[in-house]
Amino acid sequence: MNRYNLSAFAVGLVFGLGLLMSGLANPAKVLAFLDLAGDWDPSLALVMGAAIAVGLVTFAIVKRRNTSLLGAPLRLPTVKHLDKRLLLGSLAFGVGWGLAGFCPGPALVALGTGEIKALVFVVAMLAGMGLFELLEKRRAG
Amino acid sequence: MTLDWNAFTPVSALSGGALIGLAAAAFLLLNGRIAGISGILGGLLRSQTGDIGWRIAFLFGLISAPLAWTAAVEAPELTIAANYPMLIIAGLIVGLSTRYGSGCTSGHGVCGISRFSPRSLVATLCFMATGFTTVYVIRHLGDF
Repeated sequence: MNRYNLSAFAVGLVFGLGLLMSGLANPAKVLAFLDLAGDWDPSLALVMGAAIAVGLVTFAIVKRRNTSLLGAPLRLPTVKHLDKRLLLGSLAFGVGWGLAGFCPGPALVALGTGEIKALVFVVAMLAGMGLFELLEKRRAG
Repeated sequence: MTLDWNAFTPVSALSGGALIGLAAAAFLLLNGRIAGISGILGGLLRSQTGDIGWRIAFLFGLISAPLAWTAAVEAPELTIAANYPMLIIAGLIVGLSTRYGSGCTSGHGVCGISRFSPRSLVATLCFMATGFTTVYVIRHLGDF
């Protein structure tokens, strides 16, 4: 295992622990946050806030570098313009998120608990991603 | 709107959020990449040479988290209320839409906003808006 894979594993693990600690891995907690009209649980706003606060510092530092600390090139998204794909994709994502309370990261963490419902969601999510690849291939001709 | 103070968990939310931010920061600092879960997972379905290993490693770490959490703290509490047809529909939508929209809660919501990306800010506002709306419709309007 090379150093990049090792750090990817460690980062994935810490990310997952963060999702568990914050409550974001629990669909009931996510839905309680999204339910503004019911008994609202604002916890997840703090999760986002704290994550972004830590992220802000890092991105400010990284902006002055060309490579990562391990020597990898920095791969930041280069697309800048807003388009229909971004808007429609994100709007639809919110619907899927609200239906079950799962977004991709928490669903994978839940899968790790052995929860069969999480497995069903993840398989369907992979099918959706596979469908995207098929549609993209057709689009490219 | 009524605040549910009993369900509000500010300490674990802030510390868990900081951990998520640290992970995203570490991934950028070490691997030079954005920790966007939908992109990491979806990229597996688009095989390129030398691009598989780190994705598998990251996802393996993510999926191992409950094991480590259970060993160190307690068995995680997860409540999945959605039934199977709903989970399948939601999963299909989330898979397809996060690839079209180039990201999800992690890539747009955390990483994107942290680097002041206008695209990610707009994306986050979009999925938050429809997320709130969807739960409102299901819980307060419909009889699903």
